[in-house]
Amino acid sequence: MTALLEVENLSVAFGATRAVDGVSFTLAEGETLGLVGESGCGKSTTALALMRLLHNARLGGTALFGGRDLLAADEPAMRRIRGAEIGMIFQDPGTALHPLIRVGDQVAEVVRTHLGLGAAAARARALDLFQKVGIAAPEQRLRAYPHELSGGMCQRVMIAAAIACSPRLLLADEPTTALDVTVQAQILDLIRAVSRDAGSAVILITHDLGVVAGMTDRVAVMYAGRIVESAATDTLFARPSHPYTRGLLGSVPALDSGWDEDLATIPGSVQTAADTPGCRFAPRCPLASDICRESPALLETEPGHLVACWKPA
Amino acid sequence: MSPPLVEVIGLARHYRTGRGVLRALDGVDLSIEQGETLGLVGESGSGKSTLGRTLVGLQVPSLGKVRFDGQDTSLATGEVLRALRRRRQLVFQDPSGALNPRMTIGATLTEHLRVQGWSRSAARTRVPEVLEQAGLPAAFGPRYPHEISGGQRQRAVIARAISTDPDFIVADEPVSALDVSTRAQIINLLRSLQRARGLTMLFISHDLGVVAHTCRQVAVMYLGRIVELAPREALFAAPRHPYTAALLSAVPTADPVRERERSRIILAGETPDPSDPPSGCRFHPRCPLATEICARVDPPMHNVDTVHITACHHPDRVDSLTGRG
Repeated sequence: MTALLEVENLSVAFGATRAVDGVSFTLAEGETLGLVGESGCGKSTTALALMRLLHNARLGGTALFGGRDLLAADEPAMRRIRGAEIGMIFQDPGTALHPLIRVGDQVAEVVRTHLGLGAAAARARALDLFQKVGIAAPEQRLRAYPHELSGGMCQRVMIAAAIACSPRLLLADEPTTALDVTVQAQILDLIRAVSRDAGSAVILITHDLGVVAGMTDRVAVMYAGRIVESAATDTLFARPSHPYTRGLLGSVPALDSGWDEDLATIPGSVQTAADTPGCRFAPRCPLASDICRESPALLETEPGHLVACWKPA
Repeated sequence: MSPPLVEVIGLARHYRTGRGVLRALDGVDLSIEQGETLGLVGESGSGKSTLGRTLVGLQVPSLGKVRFDGQDTSLATGEVLRALRRRRQLVFQDPSGALNPRMTIGATLTEHLRVQGWSRSAARTRVPEVLEQAGLPAAFGPRYPHEISGGQRQRAVIARAISTDPDFIVADEPVSALDVSTRAQIINLLRSLQRARGLTMLFISHDLGVVAHTCRQVAVMYLGRIVELAPREALFAAPRHPYTAALLSAVPTADPVRERERSRIILAGETPDPSDPPSGCRFHPRCPLATEICARVDPPMHNVDTVHITACHHPDRVDSLTGRG
């Protein structure tokens, strides 16, 4: 498999705060990677940094995408990449769409900008895309404004815009968090189908371990700005090794078991990336000891399974 | 048998809007026994929050009755009404919005008690007590909401709710705004309070896993109605309403092997507009089992066995959806 994206030692700093601190991962063509973690762990910041959508942030490291370094590209080059080679789906479709522009025009704009289509051809392409993402009565919906559509429908419009130029990479940042569970199931099915059809790779950012389990080939777990564990999805769920991953999995209430037992908990609360030396999970970790004052490196414990812990399970 | 602590008969709550009458609640019958925790699940717009707020008296029913401890709450006045407020409390979804940012946690709790008639000195001794019961150090009294984490804020909101020693608590999505690791702490806290105090609770959540871990009895709402009500074992193992079956099948589980194997019931479309509900059964336009009668006749709630209630014309065919039929 060839690598589509190689992120090496990515760091993002806002003033004195390091939101992302030395993140490295690779993504193969057509692969789906889950980026999991709780609020403030840096998962969305990672995506925004790759798209160069952060202002007032200092970026470090490299991110090779098809041979070009996204972190070093100039703005005109990024404009050609965003929306064309990398499509993006945001969490809240209500605010990511322009409220005063008809949704059909917002999708048409993408193909006019990147593919140079004329107005009529762009409109026809938008209609195609609306059908493809399962929008009922697409002709009428092209003329609708975002507020006239439900949340699920707006998310379909965003997906239509994101896949309009058949991007090689889709970045989906909490794409279903704002949606009801039955609509979430529809949208996840749709993302799966469109990425498979186009052969696009996907980075799926979410806090929901259930969504990750069903959608991804590989998972990277983030905590306080760093990747603490990454592995093939089946491996990670079968043999979670980092105490944070184990704690997260244990604290998800299952639908069918252990109803009368207390849930496993991780004491304390999420820390945002602080410049504390050593393992950042140590203050909450049941296994922490003296050695954890030094930063553990992300090392392979079995083929393809990386863990940053002094005492991996 | 003692009468249920909370009893709701023919409850409706209608709002006039620019587009007509929005029926947030449209004929709800329900009872909650003393010491029971009832889970209420449903998607946005199903009316679950409106029902919760009506049960603690923050909303007045348009039609129907709410009885609390045998008493018609709409008739309560003066001291009786004050006692009703003390005995019924609400835990909100968003702890940041539920706490005054300009008041310390201690001041917020003291005010709550003072309004309920506690003396200044009694309130002063009570506040550290309830903070501790909610798992917060008593030293948190002088802190402001922004100085503590989201999970700690939710503990403060829970401390306020239990401070007046209520009999009944409505917890409206109490963990939805919290991170996964904090969520488990709050669920465990609510479970232990419920056990220790024999609290009666209505637990509102869109998350079926969370409900499974807090409630023995579960009601499912759709478009202003309760469509199914049963003990959790029966409801999860053998739902008797196709909407419940679809909800259950849509919940992703943290197990990649099972995720690949199971079949989902994907519902067509989204929840219809509550100001213009469909004819007959409200679920029929999205229902994979719908037949001619469903478009015509509104199915009444009825027992399929002694403990399991559904509002579906075809409860026996639900198994065919879940692959058990």
